[in-house]
Amino acid sequence: MTSDGGNDQVNNQAAALELTAITKRFGSVVAVDNVDLEIADGEFFALLGPSGCGKTTTLRMIAGLELPSEGSLKIFGDEAATLPPNKRPVNTVFQDYALFPHMTVEVNVAFGLKMQRVPKVEIAERVREAIGLVRLEGLEQRRSQQLSGGQRQRVALARALVNRPKVLLLDEPLGALDLKLRQEMQGELKALQREVGITFVFVTHDQEEALTMADRIGVLNEGELLQVGTPAEIYEHPVNRFVANFIGQTNLLDATVVSNDTVCLANGVHIPGKSDLDVGSRVAVCLRPERAGMHRPDQVPADHQSVVGRLESVTYLGNALVYTVAFEWARLEVRRENQPGGYRPYVGEEVAVSWTLDAISVVRA
Amino acid sequence: MSSTVQPRGATKIALSVHSWLVYIFFFAPIFVLIVFSFSDGRNVGRWGGFTLEWYQGFFDHNQIQSAVWVSIRVALLSTVISVVLGTLAALALERFKFRGRQVFDALLYLPIIIPDVTMAVMMLLFFSEFFELLDAWFNLDWQKGFGSITISHIAFNISFVSVVVRARLAGMSEVLEEAALDLYATRWKTFRYVTFPQIMPGVAAGALLALTESLDDVVVTQFAAGPGATTLPVFVFGLIRRGVTPLVNATSVLMLTASVFLVALSLAFQQFSGRGGRSLLRGGREAVSTPNNQMKKEIYQ
Repeated sequence: MTSDGGNDQVNNQAAALELTAITKRFGSVVAVDNVDLEIADGEFFALLGPSGCGKTTTLRMIAGLELPSEGSLKIFGDEAATLPPNKRPVNTVFQDYALFPHMTVEVNVAFGLKMQRVPKVEIAERVREAIGLVRLEGLEQRRSQQLSGGQRQRVALARALVNRPKVLLLDEPLGALDLKLRQEMQGELKALQREVGITFVFVTHDQEEALTMADRIGVLNEGELLQVGTPAEIYEHPVNRFVANFIGQTNLLDATVVSNDTVCLANGVHIPGKSDLDVGSRVAVCLRPERAGMHRPDQVPADHQSVVGRLESVTYLGNALVYTVAFEWARLEVRRENQPGGYRPYVGEEVAVSWTLDAISVVRA
Repeated sequence: MSSTVQPRGATKIALSVHSWLVYIFFFAPIFVLIVFSFSDGRNVGRWGGFTLEWYQGFFDHNQIQSAVWVSIRVALLSTVISVVLGTLAALALERFKFRGRQVFDALLYLPIIIPDVTMAVMMLLFFSEFFELLDAWFNLDWQKGFGSITISHIAFNISFVSVVVRARLAGMSEVLEEAALDLYATRWKTFRYVTFPQIMPGVAAGALLALTESLDDVVVTQFAAGPGATTLPVFVFGLIRRGVTPLVNATSVLMLTASVFLVALSLAFQQFSGRGGRSLLRGGREAVSTPNNQMKKEIYQ
């Protein structure tokens, strides 16, 4: 994640974006704290975190709308930390699209090219192409208030992509759309990115959106970049309790490291659990609900770890059932596909929640 | 179908009686004024038959005509200058952080808040001191007149313009300007193609308000005017002191008509905007030089 210090890299080998020790302070508030991040050319990268975590500030620093308090920001090898937004080869799709209400779709899309003094013939050609790319043909003369949310989003995309930026930044691009449209646009954005081959960096608070669309995800909280990795890496090997909790549903059991392959749960039971943390560190055992098994206490398979508790409630989701099992010291959720037959305990019954060693991960508390 | 928040029964009757009383209170004097401006006879308040001679007299009266021209010139010049300065002040207060901003903000409202007479005395003192200094230092012999009236009108009009423009700016998202910058516009082009078209209705409304304020002002102008030039309202005020004739009525009716027209125009501009301005655009969309058409022309022609 850190650069090798080679400042004279050839541009086409340089990362699309390289943030080194980027910090942004607003007064005494540290919005982004010492972030190092490298995003490769052509990557679809998600900055994920709860609201106020600094993800939008990070994006705005890449766009040039905020200047970092400290640190270096390179775009394809060129230092850009203090460049104004109109001098950077990046374009932004703003959260509420920020379409110019006094201009038609066509003029909105042409705006960036006009500002760069692109020849008129070329503007017309490229605008037509961009409008075709986002399938808005026929709406060129509409104004933004005459468009639906999904159409506005496409105009915003066309308006940015028509400039052929080296990096496209998207600030909660799907946040303003309703669920159905959002799911549709997820696929479309992904396809669009493959088609144009430009590096996309998008900000979202929706972990599902990040998992579905991104090649890699950076998880931010309170200005700190906690983990960067592929969706699978982040889901399966979260670095700490926050990431485990933020990405997907999970059960977290408080524990203490006893040795490098054993942890002690809060109830005093030692279970196998690999970690490279110091003995005595407080950790959490992360067990995803869909990876937990549930059996009659006397029928737990031999290679499974288990704890026995009382079934507290069952939530029916249609395609799945979520069982909440209570212990004196914790509560676990178990998710089972809704298959015919199988084990169907009653509420109040004693059940064993079980797992294999590879189903859990030990994370920093 | 009527909603329960609509008044009913006695309340409804009382409310409509009340609103009629308000209308009478407002418009009866105006109605009387208009009627008596057509009265043939020197006595105001006694109907002497219909005539247009007072309107004829208005256009034949040399002093009135010169006062009308002073009024119009002062109004146009002070409006243009105060629109530029007021808009810049509004932009500074709304978009930039600088030392002393809050103080400037408070001071900007002062001309609206302080009594006209105070403002007038301030102007009187200012100009007499100022001209004295000019005389002492540069040996310039300046008199109060057109220049001093215009300056005093600019002084209060900046406040009115900046208040109206600020209201418009506050409703405009800064994100639009960020989007323009992101799309390679310089700061000037951002203002030219995005900020200004967005605040244009506010600027136009402010300009019309300033025009009205300038045309209507008596108190400040009276103190800032000199022997050289006087505006129409001040001249009319002088006429009244020599006795009210239907000529004053006719002049007042014409001034009233001009003011109403300007205020109506100002309201229409406030309605008109990129978002809510379909009413003005309708029917003449292509004929009107909207920012969009202008930009389109620049791109494609």
